[in-house]
Amino acid sequence: MNYELALEKFEVVIGLEVHVELNTNTKMFCGCRNDFGDEPNTNVCPICIGLPGSLPAVNRKAVESSIAIGLALGCEIAPNGRFSRKNYFYPDLAKNFQTSQYDEPIAFEGTIDIEVPSGAVYTVDIERAHMEEDAGKLTHIGGNTGRIQGAEYSLVDYNRAGVPLVEIVTKPVFGAGAEAPELAAAYVRSIREIVKALGVSDARMERGNVRCDANVSIRPHGQEKLGTRTETKNVNSLRSIERTVRYEIQRQAHILANGGTITQETRHWHEDRGITSAGRPKSDADDYRYFPEPDLVPVQPSKELIEQIRASLPEKPADRRKRLQGEWSFSDLEFRDVVNSGFLDELEETVAKGAKPQAARKWWTGEIARLANADGKDVSDLSITPSDVAELATLVESGKINDRIGREVLQAVLEGAGNPAKIVADRGLEVVSDDGALMAAIDEALAKQPDVLEKIREGKLQAAGSVIGAVMQAMNGQADAGRVRELIIERANA
Amino acid sequence: MSELVKRNASELVELLQSGEVTSVELTQAFLDRIEKLNPLLNSFLHVNTKEALATAAEVDRKRAAGEKLPKLAGLPIAVKDNLTTTDAPTTAGSKILEGWIPQYDATVVKLLREEMMPILGKTNLDEFAMGSSTEFSAYGPSRNPWDTDRIPGGSGGGSSSAVAGFLAPLAIGSDTGGSIRFPAAVTGTVGVKPTYGAVSRYGLIALASSLDQIGPVARNVLDAALLSDVITGYDKHDSTSLPESLGSMVEAAKSGSLKGVRVGVIKELSGEGFQPGVKALFNESLELMVKAGAEIVEVSCPSFEYAIAAYYLILPAEASSNLAKFDSVRFGMRVTPEGNPTIERVMAATREAGFGPEVKRRIILGTYALSSGYYDAYYGSAQKVRTLIQRDFAAAFEKADVLVSPTAPTTAFKFGEKLEDPLAMYLNDIATIPANLAGTPGISIPNGLASEDGLPSGIQLLAPAREDKRLYAIGAALEALQEDVWGKRMIDFAPEVKAGA
Repeated sequence: MNYELALEKFEVVIGLEVHVELNTNTKMFCGCRNDFGDEPNTNVCPICIGLPGSLPAVNRKAVESSIAIGLALGCEIAPNGRFSRKNYFYPDLAKNFQTSQYDEPIAFEGTIDIEVPSGAVYTVDIERAHMEEDAGKLTHIGGNTGRIQGAEYSLVDYNRAGVPLVEIVTKPVFGAGAEAPELAAAYVRSIREIVKALGVSDARMERGNVRCDANVSIRPHGQEKLGTRTETKNVNSLRSIERTVRYEIQRQAHILANGGTITQETRHWHEDRGITSAGRPKSDADDYRYFPEPDLVPVQPSKELIEQIRASLPEKPADRRKRLQGEWSFSDLEFRDVVNSGFLDELEETVAKGAKPQAARKWWTGEIARLANADGKDVSDLSITPSDVAELATLVESGKINDRIGREVLQAVLEGAGNPAKIVADRGLEVVSDDGALMAAIDEALAKQPDVLEKIREGKLQAAGSVIGAVMQAMNGQADAGRVRELIIERANA
Repeated sequence: MSELVKRNASELVELLQSGEVTSVELTQAFLDRIEKLNPLLNSFLHVNTKEALATAAEVDRKRAAGEKLPKLAGLPIAVKDNLTTTDAPTTAGSKILEGWIPQYDATVVKLLREEMMPILGKTNLDEFAMGSSTEFSAYGPSRNPWDTDRIPGGSGGGSSSAVAGFLAPLAIGSDTGGSIRFPAAVTGTVGVKPTYGAVSRYGLIALASSLDQIGPVARNVLDAALLSDVITGYDKHDSTSLPESLGSMVEAAKSGSLKGVRVGVIKELSGEGFQPGVKALFNESLELMVKAGAEIVEVSCPSFEYAIAAYYLILPAEASSNLAKFDSVRFGMRVTPEGNPTIERVMAATREAGFGPEVKRRIILGTYALSSGYYDAYYGSAQKVRTLIQRDFAAAFEKADVLVSPTAPTTAFKFGEKLEDPLAMYLNDIATIPANLAGTPGISIPNGLASEDGLPSGIQLLAPAREDKRLYAIGAALEALQEDVWGKRMIDFAPEVKAGA
């Protein structure tokens, strides 16, 4: 169903579960390196592969990181938090239970204000943030679905088993209406910003450091009972989150409007087709036979520890945004543009590396965003660093290259040709700053358009345009158009 | 047969230290006896001949070179087969782990190695320690050296029969509901379940994590204390292990006295259902203690009535989860069904073939008890009973320094007698379970031969958590009084086991 029509008929309720992978040195319950990109099954030990007799021990650093996340989200910190066992059989789960927090999460009852692209601000209530361990990574070989069903065999990499996760769960979010998709994406972006600022996670979505499960339900306006929700699992980019929520709203509206019912289930997002598909049915009564983990004593952070962590929290993202907008003297519109493009961190770093804020903004939100969109990539997928952009901006600022050449250089950087200065040097792209060479080209052009000088002398300065064009063409674009204009006017007035 | 093997561990340590006996001689003496009697007793599932002798030789070499050695260096020991050992298969008495050689040593095994004690082998147990007789071992039952037609107790019947049959001077056991103390009582040996957390569980194949505790199996209290001092202590690998030291049990055992000790007789565990001979021996022990200056007080622990019910909810619940890892994916048995099996079918077929009937019974019980909708009624209520039992203990220890009861309702029963009746089997642990539920320590000490069958009986002493020293002090004092009456050790009454009998 058409999105506008769907919203006319139905109210949207979303709920977001974000898994944040902590960047502790070691895993949640053992001393193995927390680095699952290594050679498969090298960062494993009797504990994280669940050998008989092994026992877990809680990673103190992971607890501190979780407390920091909780505090940054305005949560209460539980003085006595317990781990539980979530029991289910799956080959990526070494013990066939996940050690997780169930009824006693380390952090609960927080709130966070989220600004969406329109400038509207929504308050999202946080239900809880709890600690748990990640499972191993399965790779299914054979078959064509990439799923365990139909695979000939599957490989398990337990390097990821036991990696510490914090799962942040919102309460149902009402009232975002048509902006629910944008709110979902903006919320996850905020969580990313927070955990990155806290230094507790690498926060790279494309690497799965931050993963989002998006719950969506709709109900007719005025109906009190919540609609049946679907949970789309592991949506891994901000753009996909927004698209997922939008798609689910339309899909569910279509079903309900045609007299159908929504099935409570998990769903999978297909980036290429822009749709979700059914996963497994999920009911609230999924029986994980939770019970308190008897191998671990309760986590009891002292008041002193909590206050110490609170005192060391970095600037809140909202405060930081206010500060940066002031420092850069951006208009509200300009600044929102930066935030919405997702380049805030990059822009800050680019400015720190010496670029002027406006120039940095134009590069990131203009050409770079355009190229990223064209390739359907996420910001962090691009192989360009803030240093590159600062270098590029400085090259343009100093007049060594012009804007057009700048764009060409940017393209080359993205293609992996090196950093901007090197590309300019390698390809001889520096503008011709030799006035003699420029004058020769100008005289040549003027010879073909003899009336131009007269027009300029009459005050029709725009007449210079055609000569500038000819000169730029003659110089393969490697000239500073401004300087060419100056020289033409000089010639006219000589 | 060398009489050497019948000596107490404390004496053997002196002989080793003085150089009168080498560790190789001593270890070989036990290995010879194992070779002769293990085919009958089935105490050991695996004998570690080569490794044990290598350790022994290393000790002898160091001693000859005048190097400083740990106190028990060279004294052989047997280890229950639910502790991981890198140099011997570890089966937990189950087919599902047949042939598995662990990649790591249990903390207790590591401590034994550091103490340079030759490990003779791995002792039999009911599968995953679920049982009271070793009849549920997938590798056949162990036999009681006092009467080889009878059970040696369980689950640690391998360790108890090894120590009672002089196949090892000491052994390691594990006690979840009485698996050290019950076998001790029916084999005339001493068994201790320490305070929960006193001994690291790292490397103990878990039955019920909140109840399991590793402890010593010995022929007298001092010997148990020697072993306790080696294996007790904080371990960062076991979050539930106690950070504080409980002191030296050897010192406690050497300084014991009954004078002025308030001995609490638990009303609920002193009469009904106990074999008359067992009851009579218990009363004789009380009289001895009174003569030695103890004061007998009666205490009531009304919630003990619910202990077995609570235990048989908590244990299966935890076990059902602990045993989930036995799925064929990473270690142990794998059964691949016919056709084109899915991972679920491989897991199911493996567990179907690999687990025995008692294990399946408890997994099903536990899975049910944890199910949504039943959790509060079963697991939740059982945890409440646990709190009530802890309160009963706290109140009783206001009035008494130690609590006492017969360790078990009966002497050793015959094979097959209770096999078909799980509830009757479960009742063996009626006196031992409360200490596991409360996390408090208990010891079983031989207190005579029952008049009706001439088989050994045991008395159980219970102390408050972390007061394990009391058990050794008072236990050693009682043991001394009894040996004075008998004129020899209780184990010396045991008939000689005849190979091939």
